[in-house]
Amino acid sequence: MQADERYELTRTDDGIALSGALTVRTAGALRDDLEHAEAGTLDLSAVTRLDTAGAWVLADLRRRREGIDLRGLDTKRSALIETVSATFDQPRAEPAPITLRDRVDNLGRSVAQAFRFQMDLTAHLGEFLARLFYCLAHPRELRVTAIVHHCQEVGLRAVPIVSLMAFLIGVVLAFQGAAQLRQFGAEVFVVDLIAISILRELGILLTAIIVAGRTASAFTAAIGSMKMREEIDAMRTLGVNPADALIVPRIVALLLMLPILGLIANIMGLFGGGLMAWLDLGVSPGMFRTRLVEDTDISHLIVGMIKAPFFALIIGVVGCQGGMRVKSDAESLGQMTSASVVTAIFAVIMADALFSIFFERVGM
Amino acid sequence: MTEEPDIAIRVRGLVNRFGTHTVHDGLDLDVRRGEVLGIVGGSGTGKSVLLRSIVGLVTPAAGTVEVLGTDVRTADGETRRELEMRWGVMFQDGALFSSLTVRENVEVPLKGIPSLDADLRRHLANMKIAIAGLPAKAGDNYPAELSGGMRKRAGLARALALDPEIVFLDEPTAGLDPIGASAFDDLIRQLSETLGLTVFLVTHDLDTLHACCDRIAVLAEKKVLVTGTMDHMLQVDHPWVHEYFHGPRARAAQPARDDKKG
Repeated sequence: MQADERYELTRTDDGIALSGALTVRTAGALRDDLEHAEAGTLDLSAVTRLDTAGAWVLADLRRRREGIDLRGLDTKRSALIETVSATFDQPRAEPAPITLRDRVDNLGRSVAQAFRFQMDLTAHLGEFLARLFYCLAHPRELRVTAIVHHCQEVGLRAVPIVSLMAFLIGVVLAFQGAAQLRQFGAEVFVVDLIAISILRELGILLTAIIVAGRTASAFTAAIGSMKMREEIDAMRTLGVNPADALIVPRIVALLLMLPILGLIANIMGLFGGGLMAWLDLGVSPGMFRTRLVEDTDISHLIVGMIKAPFFALIIGVVGCQGGMRVKSDAESLGQMTSASVVTAIFAVIMADALFSIFFERVGM
Repeated sequence: MTEEPDIAIRVRGLVNRFGTHTVHDGLDLDVRRGEVLGIVGGSGTGKSVLLRSIVGLVTPAAGTVEVLGTDVRTADGETRRELEMRWGVMFQDGALFSSLTVRENVEVPLKGIPSLDADLRRHLANMKIAIAGLPAKAGDNYPAELSGGMRKRAGLARALALDPEIVFLDEPTAGLDPIGASAFDDLIRQLSETLGLTVFLVTHDLDTLHACCDRIAVLAEKKVLVTGTMDHMLQVDHPWVHEYFHGPRARAAQPARDDKKG
């Protein structure tokens, strides 16, 4: 019924007569037609339908051009045109053009924002440590149930994915390493290659990256949606410290679980590498074990595991801080969640690079 | 299906169930063209569910819903789209798209009309924003930057974007301060008069019922218990209806109407 709405425009002695439907569907064509028409009277007595869009086009024409006279309107339609005309009086703010000054201003703000972000992260780290030590001094304040719950979420539930990932990394290392080492007839060194790279670097780093993707996003989403629904404000008014209730249990759980996950990843990586070395290079499990125990220094494992709690702290603080930065709209929840993951992974890799330099200097 | 001139919405034998919980059981309702119908009922009597089944967001277990002569459930895609352009829905908190500014929100339905160019679309959106009683600069704001009352007005502006024949309003005055609520009442009344709108209004607000509604339908006992004017409601002796329209709050709302009339 509405799709075939149309109007007719006929010239009269002193102007134009319109008939048919002047509605939102015909407004575009009507505006173009009237733009090219001579000024004069507009006879609207044969118009069958007039809505606000049609009325706006007429009122806009009357406002912009001298000598336009609208005729043939009943009281209802004139009231409609007056209602629409009333909206013209409101001042319109035109957007100012972007100048060089604005660009410099934006740059400055972004830099300041970046510094503020660092400070905010540090502040959250500080608050977490303060509350943690307070809770350790007053063990009653520690929320054991929440910690166990989060251990299950971030630890136990991540075991399958972390194991599979580490197993495959071991397989790939053995396979690629063997292809290179075979050229020198040094196949047996593949054990050292696998052991050192997995124990020292890859096991814990890749675990941290997976946990950053899994857990930092979950922390941000959970805390962020509580922030959106004012649950955090409610906690404050009830005398519950959000840091105690939300942040400490999460980060403590991560601190406890990430080393364990890293250890599982190490075992699975060595298992995958050993399996591949046996199948592809004929290094028997016995020989693999002997070389692993005799030739690989324990310091590699220590270097790897020392990093685990630091990575856990980074992931936890970034994830929780992301949640606290969520504003009241759903848009910012999505933005913060993805920002948390990216920041956490980036920070973990940065920290790993710093650890590399540090251990090289101290000779480990 | 024939289009009766008098009836805009016709609901017959509507049944809605969620699991074992029956919300509506054989509900009948007529909304006349050009009237403002207020829907009242206790919490959980399915006012919003009724609104949602009329606009097709909830598929009822049984019954027919006809809007402007078209059966909402059996209409094919094309007919339904035509119909959707003839009604506008304002949700409780505005339900604005949070990634768009208010003006872009109002432009969303206008984009369905290919003959409108971007400039005219922007002008029409500005006009709707002004008609809904928002200041012009609110058009550039994102929904998160607006107060609850302004979000409701912006939701109304979007619902009115295509000059619909029917508007559905879900609790338009809930959560507004009395001044804002009464301004909203006036706005609804004024729009229904100048634009000839049919308004389906779900509300708890007795002042709104007094100020806006031509007729009132009371939902209770899983159906529409009574429909009629405010004066008629005051004479119904069903206990819930009596309590609702004669309670202490109702008595407080009463003089407001008398003042307006006088």
